[in-house]
Amino acid sequence: MNNIVTVKDMNLWYGDHQALHDIKIEIPEKSITAFIGPSGCGKSTFLKSLNRMNDLIPDVKITGDICYEGKDIYQKDVDVNSLRKEIGMVFQKPNPFPMSIYDNVAYGPRTHGITNKAQLDEIVEQALRDAALWDEVKDRLKKNALSMSGGQQQRLCIARALAVQPKILLMDEPTSALDPISTSRIEELVMQLKEKYTIVMVTHNMQQAVRVSDYTAFFLLGELVEFGKTDDIFSVPKDKRTEDYITGRFG
Amino acid sequence: MLNESLSKKRKTYELVMKGLMYVAVFSTAALALFLLIYVLVKGIPNISWELLTTSPSYISQKIGILPDILNTIYIVIATLVIVLPLGVGAAIYLTEYATNKKIVAIIEYAAETLSGIPSIIYGLVGMLLFSNNMGTCLMAGALTLVIMNLPTIMRTTQESLKTVPQSYREGAFGLGAGKWRVIRTVVLPGCVDGVITGCILSVGRILGESAALLFTAGFAHALNGFVQGLSSPGATLTVALYVYAKEQGEFGVAFAIASILMVLTVVINFAANLVQKHFAKRRSS
Repeated sequence: MNNIVTVKDMNLWYGDHQALHDIKIEIPEKSITAFIGPSGCGKSTFLKSLNRMNDLIPDVKITGDICYEGKDIYQKDVDVNSLRKEIGMVFQKPNPFPMSIYDNVAYGPRTHGITNKAQLDEIVEQALRDAALWDEVKDRLKKNALSMSGGQQQRLCIARALAVQPKILLMDEPTSALDPISTSRIEELVMQLKEKYTIVMVTHNMQQAVRVSDYTAFFLLGELVEFGKTDDIFSVPKDKRTEDYITGRFG
Repeated sequence: MLNESLSKKRKTYELVMKGLMYVAVFSTAALALFLLIYVLVKGIPNISWELLTTSPSYISQKIGILPDILNTIYIVIATLVIVLPLGVGAAIYLTEYATNKKIVAIIEYAAETLSGIPSIIYGLVGMLLFSNNMGTCLMAGALTLVIMNLPTIMRTTQESLKTVPQSYREGAFGLGAGKWRVIRTVVLPGCVDGVITGCILSVGRILGESAALLFTAGFAHALNGFVQGLSSPGATLTVALYVYAKEQGEFGVAFAIASILMVLTVVINFAANLVQKHFAKRRSS
């Protein structure tokens, strides 16, 4: 299997505070990688470095290499907007725009220059089908997205991200604000999506990591302690700290 | 047991304070009501269709305030057309682009101070800056009003930009939208209410302004079209009120204008409230 993202010697500072230390990881294509670890361990920060969402925060400094398909994404000639088209993101809290369901999904394609109505219709339908939302909303595409339930809103955000046809989908605790039923729907969806996309997902929920992911990375205090196949991490962890964490001794 | 004498003292104290507050409330309400009724009673009988639709003429000895109404409309339009892009643009820059928090704070403070300066000072500056160069005309008045209203528009837009959730911006950036696209499609639609409120407040302020216009826009009552009007001197309703009352002793006309302005003020405040309520409801749903 190919590695779509490779990270080497990566350090990140918020002002004077170093939040990530010497991160080294290779994320395999068309699989689900879960980032686990206690709050404040840097897993979300690292996730957001992969599509340069950290650029929005002032005073962030990053060193080392983060390569997407062999290209260092922090190089000067990289266009951040095209990068984020390739590497999409779903956030912790569902954040649909206050516009219609259709316009939400069409936002990305329109941003990247698609104006043809028929083409947009097709993209919107496909994205909503991929996000397992089409049947629920096909009769009310013109309704305001904020009128949907939380779980539907999150699937809409996934559809919105899929509509720009990214290669990678970053998900920052996508189910932490949702009820158990919506959570399991999103988990099923994510498992289907890995056929077409590479998924990197931060989660607080270790059962979720076990259920969903192929690979797991364990972060602690800004370090990547251990990375490997999910089955291995949860059955035969190599590091004592990983073992302590997954057996619930701290966290 | 319970201390009787102390509680009695407290009760009297409570009663006196409550009484004083009633007096305060009553005098406030009575004053406002008296003013309103006094002006309307003196003004409304003097309002006639003829007054509203004709120009004044020294030959026929008749007074009409149509030119003043038009001048007011012209100056409102001209001021808004100039002040809106400036104020909204400045607000967008300060909240979305500016990175130096200290300078932003200084500008915000300056804007706040600017909106507290007596308007006659704006008039003095406007006269030197505009009227001395382009002549006394409505445009000079409008430009002076632009300076006056810039802080209002800027601050209301800014406050409303701050209420647009950060998560909308993140969502749009996450889809690969550039800064300006994020602002245009996600941030600006969320702050329409602030812009409209700012506009309404400004219209109110323009309608009520006289001091700054006495210096800059002049006193003429000529009937003009929009372009011609802006380049010639002209009195707005408030200035006309001053002229008719002070220089011609036409108190009937002055009160007629006063009651028109008062009704407009009530309507404008009502509209501002309505807009704010409408958007507050939409935001919470």
